Amino acid sequence: MDNSKIGQHISGQFNKELEDVRNKVLTMGGLVEQQIELAVSAFATGDMEMAELVIKQDNQVDALEMAIDQECMQILALRQPAAFDLRLLITVIKVVNELERVGDMAERIAEMAIQLAGADSNKHDQYYELEHMAELVQEMLHGALDVFARMNIEGVTTITGLDENVDREYGSIIRQLITKMMEDPRNITRMLDVLWIARSLERIGDHACNVCEHLVYMVKGEDVRHLTQEELERKMKQ
Amino acid sequence: MTDQHVRTHAIDVSSVLRDQKKTAEPNETCIKVENLNLFYADKQALHNVNMEMPKKKVTAYIGPSGCGKSTLLRCINRMNDLVDNVTIEGKILLDDENIYDKSVNVAALRRRVGMVFQKPNPFPKSIFENVTYGLRIQGINDKRVLEETVENALRGAALWDEVKDRLNDNALGLSGGQQQRLVIARAIAIEPEVLLLDEPASALDPISTLKIEELINELKEKYTIVIVTHNMQQAARVSDYTAFMYMGELIEMGTTSELFTNPQKKQTEDYITGRYG
Repeated sequence: MDNSKIGQHISGQFNKELEDVRNKVLTMGGLVEQQIELAVSAFATGDMEMAELVIKQDNQVDALEMAIDQECMQILALRQPAAFDLRLLITVIKVVNELERVGDMAERIAEMAIQLAGADSNKHDQYYELEHMAELVQEMLHGALDVFARMNIEGVTTITGLDENVDREYGSIIRQLITKMMEDPRNITRMLDVLWIARSLERIGDHACNVCEHLVYMVKGEDVRHLTQEELERKMKQ
Repeated sequence: MTDQHVRTHAIDVSSVLRDQKKTAEPNETCIKVENLNLFYADKQALHNVNMEMPKKKVTAYIGPSGCGKSTLLRCINRMNDLVDNVTIEGKILLDDENIYDKSVNVAALRRRVGMVFQKPNPFPKSIFENVTYGLRIQGINDKRVLEETVENALRGAALWDEVKDRLNDNALGLSGGQQQRLVIARAIAIEPEVLLLDEPASALDPISTLKIEELINELKEKYTIVIVTHNMQQAARVSDYTAFMYMGELIEMGTTSELFTNPQKKQTEDYITGRYG
């Protein structure tokens, strides 16, 4: 299935409306991706301005969420879409919700970055795992948005498969943080902030998986939520 | 929270979830079309159509103009017999009985299979006589029965309030929309088994259309309904099953909810989403 699916309506205006919604979702996705990148970078470098920017961007993400929902509702009410068009709009409504959550997660990372930068000892070289985890979830989200842009769901199991690695990294970060807390209780406050960051990244991975599941519904018309990775792989081969 | 407030019983949602799957239950077949081919002279209008229409459900035929949906509908009460040069091959079984069998009494068949057409066709008689026409032919002349039937049929067709004070006026004096509802009242007055509706609401205003749709919903408690409509949203609203036809062929048939959310054939998808075929 290619994205010419959106076009070819007898009503050119309808084509335009769907194309517009699709572009807005991709814009929103791009913005959220940038938020994560900046937030992680702000944490790594202690750049407060960057972190502030992420927090400001969240307002734009929220505004886009509402604008897209509004447009979808308008189209549902006026055009009574069916089949793929209907699934597209329902999926968009769900996907923007996931993206908005991802934006919130990025905002939280930025907030933690600000708190950590304010803390006295700031040794960022300790968090290689966190940076690796960030790369993983960014790859997942980028992959999910790519699936949406191309409307080709062949690669979704590769993306959702990465979540296992993210969870593994998350577990290992938690173990490290506990060790550091036990080494010196004065670390606890800082470590808790780092834990929030790890947690947020882990959630972003989950949201990226949810986006993938919604997209499978959009393209195949099959609800694949709440399946294990193995079940999903089996379903996708059918 | 005190102990008293702790729920001891898990909330059971299975009944709610079961409701969603209601449409999947098996249905008794009312009308079965088998290998039906129809030719107008040497032009083939229906190509090997096979389908089953379940009892007491609404089946909608959709498709572009000239795709054969009205032709197929007319086959179900042998309306096409009246057209010159028509050749029909195959079978249509109504309650397991082939209606094209030589032994079938066509008038009796049409009593069991009522029909409403695209254009209203009331008789040039009074409103009352239009509705009671079928009953009178059957020899029913009891005034009380006739009056009751007229009221019920007209109420059913959402026309009663508009005409109750002038039942003896000529039906041709009604507006187009009213005439159509009168014709529906006439069809349901004889309580057929099957009701064929050929674009029944295409000439009605939106409110009357909704009333007719509501009526269809009520009528399926008693009758099997087959409806042809150009209005896809109408098909989606009123029918349980939808058949998509194209160039005289049945392309796809399925439950309405499935066909409108996830059609299996590309041609169906293109048609219902309004794309170039």
